[in-house]
Amino acid sequence: MSDATAGQVLTTQDGKPLKASLARALRREKLRALVLIAPLLLFVVLTFVAPIVDMLFRSVENGIVADTLPKTVVALQTWDPRSGEAPDEQVFAALYDDLAIAVEAKTHTRLGSRLNYEQTGISSLFRKTGRRINRMDEAGPFKDQFLNADKKWGEVETWQVLKQYSPRYTDGYFLSAVDAQRTIDGISLKPENEQIYLFLFGRTLFLSIVITISCLLLGYPIAFLLAHLPLRTSNLLMILVLLPFWTSLLVRTSAWKVLLQQQGVINDFLVWINLISDANRLVMINNQTGTIIAMTHILLPFMILPLYSVMKTISPSYVRAAKSLGATDWTAFWRVYFPQSVPGIGAGAVLVFILAIGYYITPELVGGTSGIFISNRIAFHISSSLNWGLAAALGTMLLVAVLVLFMVYDRIVGIDNVKLG
Amino acid sequence: MAISRGAAVRYESVQKSYDGESLVVKNLNLDIPPGEFLTMLGPSGSGKTTCLMMLAGFEPATHGEIFLNDRPINNVPPHKRGIGMVFQNYALFPHMSVAENLAFPLQVRKMAKAEQEEKVQRALDMVELGSFGNRRPAQLSGGQQQRVAVARALVFDPELVLMDEPLGALDKQLREQMQYEIKHIHENLGVTVVYVTHDQTEALTMSDRVAVFNDGVIQQLSTPDDLYEDPQNSFVAQFIGENNKLDGKVIDVNGEACLVELHDGTKLKADRVNVSAVGDRTTLSLRPERVEFDTHDEMDNVVDGRIEELIYLGDHIRVRMTVAGNDEFIAKVRNRGQRRDLTVGDHVPIGWALNDCKALDPVA
Amino acid sequence: MKLRTVILAGTALAMASGAATAMDMTIVSWGGAYSASQNNAYHKPYMELNPDVNIINDESSAEAVAKLRAMNEAGNVTWDLVDVVASDAIRLCDEGLAMEIDHDTVLAAAPDGTPASEDFGDLIVSECFIPQIVYSTTFGYRTDVADWGGNTPDDICDVFDLETFPGKRSLEKRPINNVEWALLCDGVAKDDVYSVLETEEGQAQAFAKLDTIKDQTVWWSAGAETPQLLADGEVVIGSTYNGRLFALIEEQKQPVAMLWDAQVFDLDGWIIPTGLPEERVAAVKDYLMFATDTQRLADQAKFISYGPARKSSAPLVGQHAELGIDMAPHMPTDPNNAKNTFLYNYEWWADYRDDIDAKFQAWLAR
Repeated sequence: MSDATAGQVLTTQDGKPLKASLARALRREKLRALVLIAPLLLFVVLTFVAPIVDMLFRSVENGIVADTLPKTVVALQTWDPRSGEAPDEQVFAALYDDLAIAVEAKTHTRLGSRLNYEQTGISSLFRKTGRRINRMDEAGPFKDQFLNADKKWGEVETWQVLKQYSPRYTDGYFLSAVDAQRTIDGISLKPENEQIYLFLFGRTLFLSIVITISCLLLGYPIAFLLAHLPLRTSNLLMILVLLPFWTSLLVRTSAWKVLLQQQGVINDFLVWINLISDANRLVMINNQTGTIIAMTHILLPFMILPLYSVMKTISPSYVRAAKSLGATDWTAFWRVYFPQSVPGIGAGAVLVFILAIGYYITPELVGGTSGIFISNRIAFHISSSLNWGLAAALGTMLLVAVLVLFMVYDRIVGIDNVKLG
Repeated sequence: MAISRGAAVRYESVQKSYDGESLVVKNLNLDIPPGEFLTMLGPSGSGKTTCLMMLAGFEPATHGEIFLNDRPINNVPPHKRGIGMVFQNYALFPHMSVAENLAFPLQVRKMAKAEQEEKVQRALDMVELGSFGNRRPAQLSGGQQQRVAVARALVFDPELVLMDEPLGALDKQLREQMQYEIKHIHENLGVTVVYVTHDQTEALTMSDRVAVFNDGVIQQLSTPDDLYEDPQNSFVAQFIGENNKLDGKVIDVNGEACLVELHDGTKLKADRVNVSAVGDRTTLSLRPERVEFDTHDEMDNVVDGRIEELIYLGDHIRVRMTVAGNDEFIAKVRNRGQRRDLTVGDHVPIGWALNDCKALDPVA
Repeated sequence: MKLRTVILAGTALAMASGAATAMDMTIVSWGGAYSASQNNAYHKPYMELNPDVNIINDESSAEAVAKLRAMNEAGNVTWDLVDVVASDAIRLCDEGLAMEIDHDTVLAAAPDGTPASEDFGDLIVSECFIPQIVYSTTFGYRTDVADWGGNTPDDICDVFDLETFPGKRSLEKRPINNVEWALLCDGVAKDDVYSVLETEEGQAQAFAKLDTIKDQTVWWSAGAETPQLLADGEVVIGSTYNGRLFALIEEQKQPVAMLWDAQVFDLDGWIIPTGLPEERVAAVKDYLMFATDTQRLADQAKFISYGPARKSSAPLVGQHAELGIDMAPHMPTDPNNAKNTFLYNYEWWADYRDDIDAKFQAWLAR
């Protein structure tokens, strides 16, 4: 590179800059590579990235109020939510215009469902008013007619909610996801008897960590054994490790029920050998214990496989060398073998943890009330309450939590220190 | 050789079997005096590495006893044997720096920190890597890693060092250089070295004595020159150095000498090594460089050879010829400046002394 | 039953190649014995009368609300008719995902000429909902519990009586029904239950009552759980749908009996998704006219112990098709069983569900 000193630009034979020529030569290769992965890229973007982005967008999107009641939203701008009084006739006239159109399009009940997440009773308010709107006198005055239809229209809380959720974007879902709410006095925590999400986030993290650790404790010796047995035996054992993958998740979970329930196999056995009395049968399912046992079992292969593939590459001569240098079996393992297996532990732990944090079928079936995860609430809001905005906010937070943990992990252990096989 | 501070090793009737059906090592008896550089040489599967692993303690002997300084060590675990070892792929701990690697055996011996550092530095200096202490093994070249491995095996002052094909991964030039370095370290320290290799040049270059293994048995245990000059059987003759084979039958025995008739009727005089009586089948062994083209009447053996191929190799010329029906007979002619008049297709007389021609056990 | 569907589908397909008017109709339901009863009572006779229609069963009712919303947003509705519970029907109607219908024009009148809207009566809880069956959520208990000293529960409040009836209970993992029962057993009159529940104090009262049995309760989320728990002896008394208990008692002959007291009636029925092309709507309406008439609803009760939603069907309920027992005494609507019933207030729950559910989940987690 001494040619390039003093700012001289290296050129090719025909005088073009060397770097440009190189870039051009490489561009074709890059293009070809891009063409090769294009179908997959397109597939992933269309079927995976786009829906996720769409889902994340729902956690802040709130156009429904402005779309359904455009005139009312404008009219409400001048109303002071602290006035303690319902808005004046002008706002009700706008509401009449908006609702007449909305009822025609049957969108008013949808808005009612949306606002009912924020304030109980608005769902039926819109349904009821929708039925009355055609019987109202088009000439007005409207305020009394609305109050006749439902006295909730006269309550200031109804209008506060409407005004607060009239912007097209809202932080309401995220506030709900952290057990908070925005009132006219600002952000505050929800009453204690409604707080659940932060608690569930904490429990999800805690249980996922416990599951990851128990997978590691159970999986490490097995992976060690697999990596050091003759190939024939280890292949047979490997099939046993993979066996759980070949049975349906529900079958496996039900099998745990049979084993763990109070009238189940394990309790029957313990009573039979007189270790516990019939009255004091252990509660091992429908609680955290059940979730931890069943999930550890399900996720164990995800710990064993990366561990195994890393251990397989650790030459036995390292441990031999350590012993020849005077290390006891334990020292040789702890100072020489174990540090080299850390990439496998890292990969296994990250895999198991990320899978555990998003699991919901198994906790739903064996977790009872103390063993359920945040994902169970996400599933509930997606499929049952239809509060997709809140589900999206919870999902986003879970995603962010995983990313943050991943970064912490990268900082402490180093992501290059992870070996998936 | 400096004042010996090496250990004495003795194998007594050692046998080893992995599967209970066949023996990998068959009745091994071997005495290694303090300070000796002994090489176990043999093809793969000959049992040499197994012998080394039994000495290191990584494989239990199925039968027999191994003594270290007259102490039986069969029941001593490897980490209490105090034997340094250099592995085929060095086995440097990849997660530790060079200095940490060297300090490892000192740490497990709970040596004081200052003493550790001093010894590590001395060991690094010994292998001329004084400034490489902070590097990771992966940042070193193959030769440098090899030196670190040697230094690590020596840093805790063992009396015995085992080396398991330590130079196998190096290129030819580096390998030769390392052979001399290891030999010099051995000479300076006076430790006992047991060295395993399948490379005969390495064995001949470095060793005080060489044990040639085949089929779980030591075929011959001698100094390098004895091994070359006086092979005790056909396996050793062929395994060590280049060798011409001529099959025949003993027709007369006269003290240490004998007369052998080849298949085509040629009669040759040979040194009687391991044939006993008239009528025995034998394989004659003759080193290519002992073949003379300047024949004269006093020579013990003179035969006719037809030149098949000439290969110019600088310091000598390899001549492939047909002798007594064997068309793979090789002769080496030293290149002395005056060009020899050798032409492919020519018939020339060649000869050699009785002592250079060994009558050994017949090959197959 | 699956096999039969396949064969039917196969023949229909074979005929489709000949008949230009042949069409598929995707009907979504709950699967299991319930879908089988619909197949026997409605689908098969309908397809015999209309060989050019091929009915495809989809067992997605449990996720119907979410899936319909997703289909609607994607603009590709592939379902023709969906079986949902009444509360989901109201929700779908509110969301604009179910079609509003005029019950008197779409549905057949009773044999005596009573219009459909009168024959179904109060059970039409939403403009989009076509009632089909009345089922109830009620309790079953084991008849062989030694600790009970010969007592058998005959009152809803026995569920909360751990002294006379010790042992584990199973309740559904949602507030609906549970909070009503709790208030009923805490001295609240039946007519006042919902007005009490509207207040914070009323909700706290319900949770306080549930607290008394919380650590003795297993919470279920699938209808099959309580029958299994009862059969295994994991719980001694538990709530579930009455049809599940019928199967457990009459078909599997388990030592379990029904506690009908304060059973909560609920409804299940059809909705037509919005966004279907006109010819498919016409085909579905043709099917509905047939499948919800007086005789067809009565026929379904031959296969499963749920009551027909039409008043005019009740006298026609006969015997179980396989067991040969009279079905009337097993109907939740039978006068002997319906001495004390509770009607689920859909309108009220549509408003309070989100709020009380959040509180219920927070209560459960604590």
